[in-house]
Amino acid sequence: MSSPDLNALTLREASSLLAGRDVSSVELTQAVLDRIDRVDPNVKAFVTVTADVALEQARKADARIASGDGRALTGVPMMLKDNLCTTGIATTCSSRMLEDFVPTYDAEVTRRLCDEGAVLVGKGNLDEFAMGSSTENSAFHPTMNPWDLERVPGGSSGGPAAAVAAGECLFALGSDTGGSIRQPAALCGVVGLKPTYGLVSRYGLIAFASSLDQIGPLTREVTDAAMVLNVIAGHDPRDSTSIDTEPPDYTRGLGAGIKGLRVGVPEEYFVEGIDPEVERSVRDAVQVLADLGAEVEETSLPHSSYAMAIYYIIAPSEASANLARYDGVKYGYSATDAASMWDALAKTRQEGFGPEVKRRIMLGTYALSAGYFDAYYLKAQKARTLIRREFEEAFQRFDVLASPTSPSVAFKLGDKMDDPVQMYLNDIFTQPANIAGIPAISVQGGMVDGLPVGLQLMGPHMGEETLLRTAHAYEQATDWHTRFPDLY
Amino acid sequence: MRLSTEEVRHIALLARVGMTDDEVELMRDQLSNILGHFDSLQEMDTDGVDPTGHAADVETVMREDRVAESIDRDDALSNVPRREGDFVRVRAVLE
Repeated sequence: MSSPDLNALTLREASSLLAGRDVSSVELTQAVLDRIDRVDPNVKAFVTVTADVALEQARKADARIASGDGRALTGVPMMLKDNLCTTGIATTCSSRMLEDFVPTYDAEVTRRLCDEGAVLVGKGNLDEFAMGSSTENSAFHPTMNPWDLERVPGGSSGGPAAAVAAGECLFALGSDTGGSIRQPAALCGVVGLKPTYGLVSRYGLIAFASSLDQIGPLTREVTDAAMVLNVIAGHDPRDSTSIDTEPPDYTRGLGAGIKGLRVGVPEEYFVEGIDPEVERSVRDAVQVLADLGAEVEETSLPHSSYAMAIYYIIAPSEASANLARYDGVKYGYSATDAASMWDALAKTRQEGFGPEVKRRIMLGTYALSAGYFDAYYLKAQKARTLIRREFEEAFQRFDVLASPTSPSVAFKLGDKMDDPVQMYLNDIFTQPANIAGIPAISVQGGMVDGLPVGLQLMGPHMGEETLLRTAHAYEQATDWHTRFPDLY
Repeated sequence: MRLSTEEVRHIALLARVGMTDDEVELMRDQLSNILGHFDSLQEMDTDGVDPTGHAADVETVMREDRVAESIDRDDALSNVPRREGDFVRVRAVLE
């Protein structure tokens, strides 16, 4: 066979080439590292590149494949978002607070992927502590969108999304608290899956909002996402919210088609303020589902408009509690010139956290404080119940709900940094799935002025197989996923 | 609703985040603006609705109490900013 372009492979293709020993993991890993050297000075998707670790893991992967013990992801280069713990490799959360933090244990997803034989090429940039929608809140540097280097890649998993789009890894893991996998996937034209809450262990994911956080894959194609989910899904006794279930083979149902599938299109996801071209693209995408035999029907989820308020009370409240651990005593940044213990604590947090993290800690502390708890936090938790019920009712009538992932395509760096609320509005279509704990996927559903548009599909609790089958059917009927940003 | 400077300082104290006077004023503007967007929530009728703390139906998880390998002491102390031998050095709590 002719030699393939190693920088343009999907995970599925790479897996097959490695298994057939047409390509070695060392060759593939070196090609990816060369690509990183070439394009990352412009894209800046990485916080840390782990070239030596990667080549060592690649040699082991080649030996394992040669001995007949290779698995689907053995030898495949990957990136992990830098809030996933990696033993001996700095895990910074893109924060000054954790700039020098070197974990002494692996996240459960890291352990599973290393056992599988995947190759770690580096750690991906994010908005500090995963709080943001543009990756501009990284304390180190912003990441650029590979489709237009003057624009943001979305966030908070902007590094992982940009790296996949730019061919700097074959897949990445991100985390999604209110859209942090799906929104950057949409803005970078890749696939991003947020699984059902509890399907993937959160052990070793540095906590932001524990009742909303979930880890998931970012990939070039839908099949790739199913292959990664096969490895990371499953019960872990070290996460008390982990669902005790034996996950299926998520690649099995792909290609079965969507004839008769009931697709709901909620009108609240096409509100004023959405870019009309994005709306047109997503409506065209929904028409493709109909052409493939799905039964498409307009519907309504009237409580959706409250999702942003609910999210921005619950997530900062949980964050204010989770981030209380950064006290400069056990690990992390520690202010030195302080008069007293209390002074040291306040100074450590003043100097260690960036503006958005402080805003959310303050917001959460306020919502939980005496006199405001009932009006904000308790009210939001009750409203959360209503959102969950609304989805449960909708999924009695529909198998899948379709919407835009984000109201706009990628915006320019700096455009929304002065107004927190404008930035928060990026996630209005993605937050409801986190509030309800249901799975959702973003696939590329068009292009506007050379920039990708995301089609979001939401499914019921543990509905990943149907979501992946639907996304796959759409992807295969269109050619958006075959396009690559021109980075040379 | 607009927060007062005193309220912002009080929240910053509760959160143990140091702030300059300029930071307090900026935070006051931004938090007041964000909180204004939450007012719509009061329109929602939540009478008699139970709160949801978790998207999963969380149950208390039990396990056997067994002795097992734990994190090594040196590893556990490896990220400590001020270490003395096997101890973590802290500032005086009582003065």
